[in-house]
Amino acid sequence: MTTNTPAVDVQTPPTAPPRENYLNCSKGFKSWALTLDHKRIGLMYLIGVSIAFLSGGMFALLVRLHLWEPEGMLFTNIEYNQIFTLHGAFMVFLFVIPAIPGSLGNIVMPLMVGAKDVALPKLNLLSFYLWLIGAVLAVLAIVLGGFDTGWTFYAPYSLYTDRAVVTIGMAIFILGFSSIFTGLNFIVTVHKLRAPGITWFRMPLFVWAIYATAILQVLATPVLGITVLLVAFERLYNIGIFDPRLGGDPVLFEHFFWFYSHPAVYIMVLPAFGIISELVSVHSRKPLFGYKLIAFSSIAIAIISFLVWGHHMFTSGQSTYALFAFSFLTFFVAIPTAIKEFSWVATVWKGSVALNSPMLYTLAFLIIFAIGGLTGVILGALNVDLHLHDTYFVVAHFHYVMMGSIALAFFAGLHHWWPKMFGVMYNEFQAKIACALIFVGFNATFLPQFVMGSRGMPRRYATYVPEYAPYHQASTIGAMILGTGVAMMVIYLIASLLIRKKAKENQWGGVTLDWIAPTPPPHLNFDHEPKVVHEVYDYSTLDYDSMQRDCN
Amino acid sequence: MSHDDHHAVVIPAPGPEFVPHTVAHHFSTPVQEFQAGKLGFWLFLATEILLFGGLFAAYFYFHELFPETFRVGGEQLDWRLGALNTSVLLLSSWTMAMGVRSAQTSQKSKTMIYLFLTVLGAAGFMVIKFIEYKAKNEHGLICFGHLFDGYDMASGQVSWFKDYDGVMAGVPHGHMFFSIYLTMTAIHGLHVIIGAIAIIYVMRGTAMGRYHAGYYLPVDLVGLYWHLVDLIWIFLFPLLYLVP
Ligand code: HEM
Ligand SMILES: [Cu+2]
Repeated sequence: MTTNTPAVDVQTPPTAPPRENYLNCSKGFKSWALTLDHKRIGLMYLIGVSIAFLSGGMFALLVRLHLWEPEGMLFTNIEYNQIFTLHGAFMVFLFVIPAIPGSLGNIVMPLMVGAKDVALPKLNLLSFYLWLIGAVLAVLAIVLGGFDTGWTFYAPYSLYTDRAVVTIGMAIFILGFSSIFTGLNFIVTVHKLRAPGITWFRMPLFVWAIYATAILQVLATPVLGITVLLVAFERLYNIGIFDPRLGGDPVLFEHFFWFYSHPAVYIMVLPAFGIISELVSVHSRKPLFGYKLIAFSSIAIAIISFLVWGHHMFTSGQSTYALFAFSFLTFFVAIPTAIKEFSWVATVWKGSVALNSPMLYTLAFLIIFAIGGLTGVILGALNVDLHLHDTYFVVAHFHYVMMGSIALAFFAGLHHWWPKMFGVMYNEFQAKIACALIFVGFNATFLPQFVMGSRGMPRRYATYVPEYAPYHQASTIGAMILGTGVAMMVIYLIASLLIRKKAKENQWGGVTLDWIAPTPPPHLNFDHEPKVVHEVYDYSTLDYDSMQRDCN
Repeated sequence: MSHDDHHAVVIPAPGPEFVPHTVAHHFSTPVQEFQAGKLGFWLFLATEILLFGGLFAAYFYFHELFPETFRVGGEQLDWRLGALNTSVLLLSSWTMAMGVRSAQTSQKSKTMIYLFLTVLGAAGFMVIKFIEYKAKNEHGLICFGHLFDGYDMASGQVSWFKDYDGVMAGVPHGHMFFSIYLTMTAIHGLHVIIGAIAIIYVMRGTAMGRYHAGYYLPVDLVGLYWHLVDLIWIFLFPLLYLVP
């Protein structure tokens, strides 16, 4: 070795500096905290809702552990009420409602319509901070004594309990406005910012789904807002409209609450439908079967879902005519929902299905949602519901849709767009194992709940008669398996960010604009304003070179 | 990387007392920006109406259940003050509309005057509202000092409802009318205050010359908001003061 060698390491091949993208285009805390970039806001949502999901999951595991023994293993009855309420409230208001629109919707939807951002970027950032304030208030409510009303806050108990109902009410009010502003923003974006050539019927179905969701967010959530406000007023100065001591009517609360909360179940599930629609097409390499049917059924669901809230109140003493009407409309809303399920299955049918992890999650969704949706129809039958109402059958039904379908669709979307968002791939093998664990664990948790519910096990009880023990124990074991699968997923996803195995420029061979944009997308999404000249899901236009190339 | 289609669109100022407007980076044209703002704001107004919709639903429900309470309760309100407030708000809606018109035609000082008059209207409304609340307080129909004292087991009434003159004696759930009256008018009053703050904010922008024929979206939106506040009062006034 001589002393005058030039200071150049000839061993390393010259690497191009990484292209500028939304992750590296600016640095520092402020560049994130004050960002107006929909992708960064989406990532912040992703972190937030994931933390909420994991906390909600911890509460769930505590509930299940407690129920291992008929007398209850961990808590007093009062503590148990708090734990299951925390589980429900965190999952519904901090996770399921904001999760998909806030994170994947924010990141992917503007890309899909070829926009540089959402229409109102500052409002978008505000939505995120409102979510954050709501989350902080929810945690504060725990510190201030917790809340034990169940996620439904039924009056009159919610008026009389000495817990921090006002604080959690404010949290929900603020979270509601976060949701409203997101919806409003997305409606305007879809209407006004579509790139040239993206006609309404060239919009990917995820955009349609997010759009239908947004309508519900804007039109249903204010009613929830006023409802929790009225509960707070009732507690603060006895306004009297829900309080039977003062001539108020607790059933009015139920009407108000479900007028929001039934549409809310579609606020939760429509984005999941959107993800599944994308994924079945891309991973079967086939245009969607019944594109327009799926698009219109989203809108139909959005409308009909405003008319079925009474099916949560079959036992609350409504008039017979109201009961019939609500039951009939409940069967009716199942039709557009079933249309979707059939369209997806028909899309997968004879497609060249790639059994990668996003598709495995999708297939899991298709199976689980069929069960979840059909048990909803069973509950919509008046005479059957009189028996099943407030039993574990209902618990199992809505977990099949909320956890088994919506959360799984969220995972599917996360795995699908992960390479897009970060330019890295996770370990596919581990992903498949985790998916299998989650699928098995989920069914082991909730199938027994259908059985014990139909045999009369009431929901929300801290103790039970020993006859139910085998079902509860099976359910608890299932929950542990499910928890293991989720923990594994969190670990390999985070690990992928550290290992940084490069993703492909177009990892799955998608043809919608989100896959045409560079990976990861630059700050303004596209290097040139995109112009779309072909139909959506037209795989003959696929640029195979970009599929093979590593991303920058 | 090529940025040639990312350059910003600038709307020139119509005169030296104005500043040009730069269209936000993610819009391609000023029209697109304008329409996006408008559509978004209309949707927001829809949520406001739905929010009040819950209160109106409660009003009608209990009006149906306890008509007597609403009749006798309504008689305790002074319809002349209500009518006066209605005129004040209607007038302020007109000044607001004129303010928007002046902004659209780049008449800066006129815009300022009209917006200022609108704020005066808002203040006048709140003063009259205060006088009304004060009277309710004096008659023990809404004792603001005891508002948060809760339910009184002994009397079976809420602590803020004392009814010194016994006007509601024998009427079932007499406090119900006043709690609905208070809640609706207080939430509406809050909207008046928020509206006034928003108007002051666009007055500041007007003074800085930001709004002119080429760009007046914020004035327009605040105007829409103000009309909504007005519209809600148009429903509240007859329902609370006249219908019972
Ligand atoms: C698609 C996604 C769905 C979600 C997210 C969902 C969610 C829920 C939730 C959370 C509850 C229970 C609420 C509670 O009492 O705490 C519930 C109950 C119910 N669901 Fe669903 N559901 C979905 C689909 C359906 C469908 C398709 C139908 C029927 C067509 C249906 C019919 C019912 C009925 C009748 C009840 C009331 C049962 C009772 O309380 O007695 N659901 N659902
Ligand atoms: Cu429902």
